[in-house]
Amino acid sequence: MVTDLANASPDTLIDLGEISTQAPPGPPRPEVGQASEAHPDSAGEVVFHISALDFYYGDFRAVRDVSVDVEGNEITAVIGPSGCGKSTFIRCLNRMNDLVPGARVEGRIEYHGQDLYGPDVDPIEVRRHIGMVFQKPNPFPKSIYDNVAFGPRVNGIKADMDDLVEESLHRAALWDEVKGKLKQSAFSLSGGQQQRLCIARCIAIRPDVILMDEPCSALDPLATNRIEELMTELKREYTIVIVTHNMQQAARVSDRTAFFTTEVNEQSQRTGVLVEVDRTEKIFTAPTDQRTEDYITGRFG
Amino acid sequence: MERRSTADRLQGRAFQALLLSCLGFGLLCLVVLLVQVVNEGLPRLNLDLLRNFPSSSPGGAGARSAIFGTIWVVGICGLVVVPVGVGAAVYLEEYADTTRWYNRLIEVNIQNLAAVPAIVYGILGLGFLSRGPLNLGFVVLAGSLTLALLVLPIVIITSREAIRAVPNSIRLGAFALGATQWQTIRRQVLPSAVPGIATGSILALSRAIGEAAPLILLGGLTYLTFNPTGLNSPFTVLPIQIFNWISRPQEEFRVLAAAAIVVLLAILISMNALAIFVRNRYQRRW
Ligand SMILES: Nc1ncnc2c1ncn2[C@@H]1O[C@H](COP(=O)(O)OP(=O)(O)OP(=O)(O)O)[C@@H](O)[C@H]1O
Ligand SMILES: [Mg+2]
Repeated sequence: MVTDLANASPDTLIDLGEISTQAPPGPPRPEVGQASEAHPDSAGEVVFHISALDFYYGDFRAVRDVSVDVEGNEITAVIGPSGCGKSTFIRCLNRMNDLVPGARVEGRIEYHGQDLYGPDVDPIEVRRHIGMVFQKPNPFPKSIYDNVAFGPRVNGIKADMDDLVEESLHRAALWDEVKGKLKQSAFSLSGGQQQRLCIARCIAIRPDVILMDEPCSALDPLATNRIEELMTELKREYTIVIVTHNMQQAARVSDRTAFFTTEVNEQSQRTGVLVEVDRTEKIFTAPTDQRTEDYITGRFG
Repeated sequence: MERRSTADRLQGRAFQALLLSCLGFGLLCLVVLLVQVVNEGLPRLNLDLLRNFPSSSPGGAGARSAIFGTIWVVGICGLVVVPVGVGAAVYLEEYADTTRWYNRLIEVNIQNLAAVPAIVYGILGLGFLSRGPLNLGFVVLAGSLTLALLVLPIVIITSREAIRAVPNSIRLGAFALGATQWQTIRRQVLPSAVPGIATGSILALSRAIGEAAPLILLGGLTYLTFNPTGLNSPFTVLPIQIFNWISRPQEEFRVLAAAAIVVLLAILISMNALAIFVRNRYQRRW
């Protein structure tokens, strides 16, 4: 069996972290770097092709000149210091930023070859294909069942709802914990369970891509672990983009890592830029940019 | 840790005592008022008050037509004001772009309208509904609509607060699942805001029940020996009946008025209790 980063044992992970903090970047370890081979069927299929993306909140340019490809059935991690535009960037991918008054996108995002911001693209339809899990679990104030059923209902998905709910909860690794209390309020769940419920809710609309904005930041290590396992499960069927502050997490679960940082110009305007994007093991062991290295080794100010 | 100085603590105590006495003063006034009214109205506080129609002989007079008139007028008022008020609140909270001058103008005006004296709404009702362009006459519908105008700002303001209290994460969650704006409002925002909207609406309607001034202008009758039968019936309401009885010279009518005040207060207290019940029963923890 091929070992990839995601399935690596905790010891290996800590090793990896220590290598990058202590030793100067060395050659990639032999057993990592095989992630994409684990899913040869999807290797190379570009889901998002992003070129020269600029993003503005009104006059404020939050993100500048981002060009990156996101490949299918992979987990792409987005890391970088706070305020560098990671959330802004992934919200561009499902057009959630359209909800912010005055927000504007320049450049091009292609989703399976189609211009995501093209004139006849319906943002609502986009979000139906590109699901999102938020930083803080945000279950609806409804029953567990209705939380999962909401997406399919509003999208007019004709399926046996009970089956769909069960299947989604299964895939989110939550079924066993909630099967006896589907009619109870979603607020009766723990934080980690709520987050998995949000993932189940997202899976229920059968998206193609799942965007996750720091999905584990409100969770304890155990719940985090659970969700990380889940992500590696899910990437068989979905393409996942995850924002995380936890470098170890990025190293553990992702296939590719994009490092963003903030540039400050003479007028002290802060803009997020993509520094580099590469296979995760490359970023964590042999980054090409000094800023990346500083950040992952904790030398970033 | 060191204890705070005695002076500091005394100051805190003194302030607390002052606040408590403010509360006590308000409550005391209320209790005195209540006791006095109940005391005065007690002899006439019986079922005859609810059963009998007004009459020129104080002995057999009752407030039946006023009670039914109140139910009619406030009921119709509620049917009109709740959908309109909630609709306006949804627009202002969910759709309106607050950077536009006309939306800001509307907002400021609604705040102002809530502070306009009731009598002004009475004049509006008289000039516009009872007479004037609509010419409805002095009937239930005119009274209801006037009261609806009067409490509309309250319903809008409280509904907006309820809608605003729904965390934005709920909306984002719904949008992220491919819901349209209307689906998000209809299935997530409004259901979550219902307790607040209901509480606000009940309180607004209880305000409407107590209002006499605009309806006096509208010619709410004081001597009605039948219940309203429809939107086009003449009507009277409890506050008008009370006002009328109090202004009579005979002492018996005063007693009758006190008894009617107790009935009105009982209705108001039960409506407010209902509002509190609704709020507590459906209160949401986010
Ligand atoms: N709705 C908004 N309107 C205006 N500016 C915004 C908005 N959201 C974010 N910004 C600004 O855009 C920049 C990038 O924010 P963003 O939330 O994308 O950062 P981030 O990398 O996700 O940070 P964090 O790691 O703290 O979540 C910040 O300077 C922020 O102030
Ligand atoms: Mg963020």
